[in-house]
Amino acid sequence: MSQVSEYSEKVIDHFSNPRNVGEIEDPSGVGTVGNAKCGDIMRMYLDIDDDGVVRDAKFKTFGCGAAVATSSMATELVIGKTVEEALKVTNKAVMEALDGLPPVKVHCSLLAEEAIHAALWDYAEKKGIKIEGLKPPVNDIDQTEEFYRMPGSPADEKK
Amino acid sequence: MDNAATTRVLPEVFEAMKPYLLEEYGNPSSTYEFSGKIAQEVEKARSAIAELIGATEKEIFFTSGGSESDNWAIKGVADALRKKGNHIITTSIEHHAVLETCKFLEERGFEVTYLPVDDKGLVDPQAVENAIKDETILISVMFANNEIGSIEPVAKIGEIAHAHGVIFHTDAVQAFGHVAINVDRMNIDLLSASAHKLNGPKGVGLLYIRKGVKISNLIHGGAQERGRRAGTTNAAGIIGFAKAAQIAAERMAERCTKETALRNRLIEKVLEEIPYTRVNGDLTKRLSNNVSFCFRFIEGESLLILLDQKGICASSGSACTSGALDPSHVLLAIGLPHEIAHGSVRLTLSDEITPEDIDFTVEALKQAVKRLRDMSPLYEDFVKHESGK
Repeated sequence: MSQVSEYSEKVIDHFSNPRNVGEIEDPSGVGTVGNAKCGDIMRMYLDIDDDGVVRDAKFKTFGCGAAVATSSMATELVIGKTVEEALKVTNKAVMEALDGLPPVKVHCSLLAEEAIHAALWDYAEKKGIKIEGLKPPVNDIDQTEEFYRMPGSPADEKK
Repeated sequence: MDNAATTRVLPEVFEAMKPYLLEEYGNPSSTYEFSGKIAQEVEKARSAIAELIGATEKEIFFTSGGSESDNWAIKGVADALRKKGNHIITTSIEHHAVLETCKFLEERGFEVTYLPVDDKGLVDPQAVENAIKDETILISVMFANNEIGSIEPVAKIGEIAHAHGVIFHTDAVQAFGHVAINVDRMNIDLLSASAHKLNGPKGVGLLYIRKGVKISNLIHGGAQERGRRAGTTNAAGIIGFAKAAQIAAERMAERCTKETALRNRLIEKVLEEIPYTRVNGDLTKRLSNNVSFCFRFIEGESLLILLDQKGICASSGSACTSGALDPSHVLLAIGLPHEIAHGSVRLTLSDEITPEDIDFTVEALKQAVKRLRDMSPLYEDFVKHESGK
């Protein structure tokens, strides 16, 4: 686990004590990005009030230590911001807030940015509004039936 | 619990090496008397190791480790027999030292067949036989897999190779010292091994070359190892290797019994306590110290960090662990989809581990897996998918 030792203390902290893990019932917007094949999936839930301010954000992530830490930091960075401000939370901002990431983990911060955008897109669609500068998310989440089957698992066969 | 990655040098091994680092540090190739004793000790080590695998001392060549031995075996035979043929047969689950060497040769005009394995990671000897052509010069199949522990039908594959007049190499890095090996009974022509996997020092390994096997040299520039492998003899390393191999052989039966019991306890308990888990590899044709699981809906690196925080060292075939894009080639070769292969963890035991350590590990795994599943969108979807049925 070579790059694990390259994680900053902040990354380890946000992985070990992730902020805002969970779901939001009837969220204003929810977005899922990444795919299981590559080993990273992030889902972000946003609760946005009538003034367009992010009241709450929650996440669920399947992925490595950096994926969990960037999701956690992304929720912290968008809470309290307006939709327009939240849109400007870039992967660079997430990385800087975590005191950096090992080079091979930079894509995790991109995924965090995309997760915010995907959730905002869903919010805009639900509200029937257009957010300036927001592009539709590339949703390549792979949820084939194959995933729900796991050949040769005695534990599953018993169930 | 990562004893397949490397092991601690045993105190007895260190003691055996010490005089040859501090006092008798002569170069065994020198002619003066100071170096005479050390040269004798290296030869004693060679005989001792040869005896353990049913070889003669003239068939044992010391190297810098398993990777060099694999490179030498494959490139050496390819070069020596290139006029005879250009086809090599290997498997899709070999160590990278074999796979990358084969790729290197492919770029230089050789043809390589990478045989598939079944869902337990085992090679079908019949498939080996079917792959043999007139141009086939070498078959290289590992003795035991480093990730999932499956032990390959080496003796049968060797028999097939010999029936067709093809040289048979086995990468026994993971098996040497853990499983009884006899090069004659198992029809092995070339065998790679490494000291640090069996409580010996790092930086020393061997290639067994059956008498009469045609193989070119890999490392040129000196007459060491009877003119076959240049480089100043790593005397202390070789002496330590032999000591470690002898101890491993003496304790093999006892250690295997102990490790098998621990391994089975770990497998049974984890399958019982953690749902949506699979064991990778064969349950019986398996190294006594290897356990490999896939936990669905979670990713291996995250699991390793949580285990590390509890003081448990493990490894994973997850791509995130190695910085590669794809998960382990071995897990993909046994037919696992990428997303499941990402949730793999390998635990390798030693006989120093206690049943209490196993129970502690099961509990740590249980908590860590639950925690990661609770934050996994895949698990969330799965639960909704199941309840919606």
